[in-house]
Amino acid sequence: MTAVSSRRQLNYIAAQAADARVNLEIETEGMTLNIGPQHPATHGTLRIVAKLDGEQVIAADPVMGYMHRGYEKLSEVRTYPQVTTLINRIDWLGSFANEVPFILAAEQLMEVEAPPRSQWIRTVLFEMSRIANIVLFLGDMAVQVGAVTPVFFAFRDREHILNQIEAATGGRFHPNFDRIGGLKDDLPKGWIVETKQVMKKMRSFCNEIEELVMGNEIFQARTRGIGVVPADIGLSYGLSGANIRGSGVDWDVRRDGTTGAGGLVHNELDWRVWTHPDGDSFSRFWVRLQEVRESTRMVDQLLDGLPSGPIMAKVPRIIKVPAGEAYVETENPLGVMGYYVVSKGGLAPFRVKIRSASFNNMSITPWLLTGVYVPDIITILGSLYFILGDIDR
Amino acid sequence: MALIPGLIKGLGVTGSTMMRTIFPGGVKKPIPSPVKGAETVQYPHEKEAPPTRARGVIALHEENCTACMLCARECPDWCIYIEGHKEKAPPRRAGGKPRQRNILDRFDIDYALCMFCGICVEVCPFEALFWSPEYEFSEPRIADLLHDMSRLSEWMETVPDFEDYEAGSQQKKLKVPPT
Amino acid sequence: MSTTQVFAELAYWQQTGIRVGAALAAVLLVAGALVYMHLFKAVSFMQSRLGPMEAGPYGSLQLLAEVGKHIQKEDIFPAKADRFVFGAAPFVVLASTFLLVVVVPAGPDAWFIDHHNSDLGIYLGLAVSSVSVLGILMAGWGSSNKYSLLGGLRATGQLIAYELPLILAVVGVVIQAGTMNMADIVYAQANGEIFGLGIVGNPYILTQGVAFIIFLIAMQAELAQAPFDMPVAESELVTGYMTEYSGMRFLLFFIGEFATAGVFAAVASVLFLGGWYIPGIDPGADVMNLLGPLVMLVKIVGLTFLVFWTRFTMPRFREDQLQRLAWKFLIPIALANIVVTGILKVAF
Ligand code: SF4
Ligand code: SF4
Repeated sequence: MTAVSSRRQLNYIAAQAADARVNLEIETEGMTLNIGPQHPATHGTLRIVAKLDGEQVIAADPVMGYMHRGYEKLSEVRTYPQVTTLINRIDWLGSFANEVPFILAAEQLMEVEAPPRSQWIRTVLFEMSRIANIVLFLGDMAVQVGAVTPVFFAFRDREHILNQIEAATGGRFHPNFDRIGGLKDDLPKGWIVETKQVMKKMRSFCNEIEELVMGNEIFQARTRGIGVVPADIGLSYGLSGANIRGSGVDWDVRRDGTTGAGGLVHNELDWRVWTHPDGDSFSRFWVRLQEVRESTRMVDQLLDGLPSGPIMAKVPRIIKVPAGEAYVETENPLGVMGYYVVSKGGLAPFRVKIRSASFNNMSITPWLLTGVYVPDIITILGSLYFILGDIDR
Repeated sequence: MALIPGLIKGLGVTGSTMMRTIFPGGVKKPIPSPVKGAETVQYPHEKEAPPTRARGVIALHEENCTACMLCARECPDWCIYIEGHKEKAPPRRAGGKPRQRNILDRFDIDYALCMFCGICVEVCPFEALFWSPEYEFSEPRIADLLHDMSRLSEWMETVPDFEDYEAGSQQKKLKVPPT
Repeated sequence: MSTTQVFAELAYWQQTGIRVGAALAAVLLVAGALVYMHLFKAVSFMQSRLGPMEAGPYGSLQLLAEVGKHIQKEDIFPAKADRFVFGAAPFVVLASTFLLVVVVPAGPDAWFIDHHNSDLGIYLGLAVSSVSVLGILMAGWGSSNKYSLLGGLRATGQLIAYELPLILAVVGVVIQAGTMNMADIVYAQANGEIFGLGIVGNPYILTQGVAFIIFLIAMQAELAQAPFDMPVAESELVTGYMTEYSGMRFLLFFIGEFATAGVFAAVASVLFLGGWYIPGIDPGADVMNLLGPLVMLVKIVGLTFLVFWTRFTMPRFREDQLQRLAWKFLIPIALANIVVTGILKVAF
């Protein structure tokens, strides 16, 4: 078990001890339930070994690594432009957002700055991939607690976003559009108008989800007070993104970022960071729903204020990054994602360390799942929102 | 009981979606036609047109390719196979020196390996590679996904013209060579 | 010569044969119609899609394709399964459906058990509907799978808890009608009047509205449909007690699920919606033997639509929550309903 001792755990142990005395005659035996690696709730190949007493969890351990693809190692033998196609596949639902911190780190090392127009478009696509990602969460969370229809709505409306991303970048899921010093191409004609319409659709989707899922009393009964993460414990486990904002911590790298704040232009927009004081599954859902709304507003503002100009800075055709190291983190859909890039001056990075949000978000599960019931495991996992590629890389 | 409003609202959302799907015309034209009302596309019967930029399949404009191997080298998973030889071409002017010319013997892309990143198209210095939004080239045998030179050249016909740029852009619009 | 007389002249085995055929049709055809109309189409429309479109015009033959697929599949027994219990479970579940359908009358003489001579009716129906619990427990236990076991145990707890509000909701109707005979309940509704108006008779949904809602909720739970689908809970228990089943046996569970939905809806329509009665036609008329089943079908389709509409809209309760709902809300309300009905019955 983990070192963090909480009152809840101590209470639980005391209760177990009391039970044990009662149970001396009626001897009961625990059961170990393997949730995963192939299980509908883990959307991928995560395995959770849960020791059960009846339907109550005594201990839960996440087993990760079933989908490890070695991107950190692969990055060492790929040139910088090739790395972006790899890291697209880390968080595959919001893949453009994966490229950004890496490119920013490389830009920092090369000391180039992308021209303003490309920074703005970058931010547009960054926010759009957040919407595409979280929209699916909003539907998926409903499936985890048993409502089937919202996820179809989510897939239906995410399609519009993906179409726009495809129209701009050429790739629906793996845009590979970000370049050191700018972007691969400019926006096609008519894209801005269409995207604004899509943003309207996304807002009406949010209203639909609010009525269909969030306002539903059964949903609230299933998520309120379930999987409560106190702010200090969440921070000590390294939670980030909506998971920590759901615990009332007002921290968003888009606003408060210190490393590599350049390259994205959130500071020039009018937006706010949403937090919820409760720290339970419901508040994480609520924060994400508000974030989608906020992102649609951001995209609208960005498209209105798009500056004109070139989209590529002057960079050599063959990219060699001077020796040095840089760490850049951004607020990705799942939480804080950072790349620590060490260059020895070659065509390929010497070492890339990827800090992906889901891996850290998952690390709280042993603490969080202790003492809950089996159906709540799924709710809590769903509300922590992880993507397998983001855990295993 | 507080149980009622949220649950009923939820039923309202699914119910109204159903009505919208069955009667896309709304109240004015209550003719049931779910085929129009549904958001899904009945794929083999009707098709969605992918956007111009969609990375569907790579087309090769053979005349432009000089077998410089740049694309093959930059491809992240090395799925482009190029062979070429040098040939003496007749001099441009009478009496001049005979020119060196690279002749392309083999240009294969293995789409079973390709991850559609677009690097090859981007690095080609002679504008010999283009993206086509065509996407229907699946095969029952994986080996058939290796497209050879003639197959890649055929895709050239499906390459659309580049789109105009959004206002405020300083990008130059490129041209697709006529086939 | 009326249909009754023709039927009465047949030998006993012929009558039985016709009844068995009719029961099969009543269960399987209705279940098929429900699957196509609700599961394939209505639900798809709710989700902005079309559902199956390829097999037959508008996908109408899809069900045959599915059945064919399941029949072809291998019938897998898990290595450590209790073979007999595992194999028998789906049949027990289906048997409960067939036993339930026999108590439902669909016309003055279109019945399976003799309504003229026996007063069993709804009493028998509610008793045999509990048999499915056994089958589900058998499936959960026999699979030797932890998910199945959890699902089976949850199902048992839930079905037993909701049996009670179901029965208590029916008691109100029985008190008002003064009989347990299902046919007589229909006549009582047809001949009854409400506020002195007898145009539509008195379908008990009007006077027993509370009981009707409780019956619908309990029925949803008995069918283990969302929001009460904790036993199958596909996002956490895979498919609960059905996890290990494949091929034909899975199909039996599947048929059982939808047929039971249809049969429960039939019971509800007899109890609350006036059964085969339509205003203006004498419910005892001979023509109702043919018209009655159709009227019943319409009512069944309407009621099951409610079931599936709810199922595909709502998230599911946790087991403790659904137990609480049953014991703390539904049962007290149902009891209060009985008391009020009793008082009013005596008063008027
Ligand atoms: S698209 Fe990428 S993977 Fe495919 S051939 Fe070109 S460079 Fe290689
Ligand atoms: S980079 Fe262009 S010119 Fe060079 S081999 Fe590839 S396609 Fe031919």
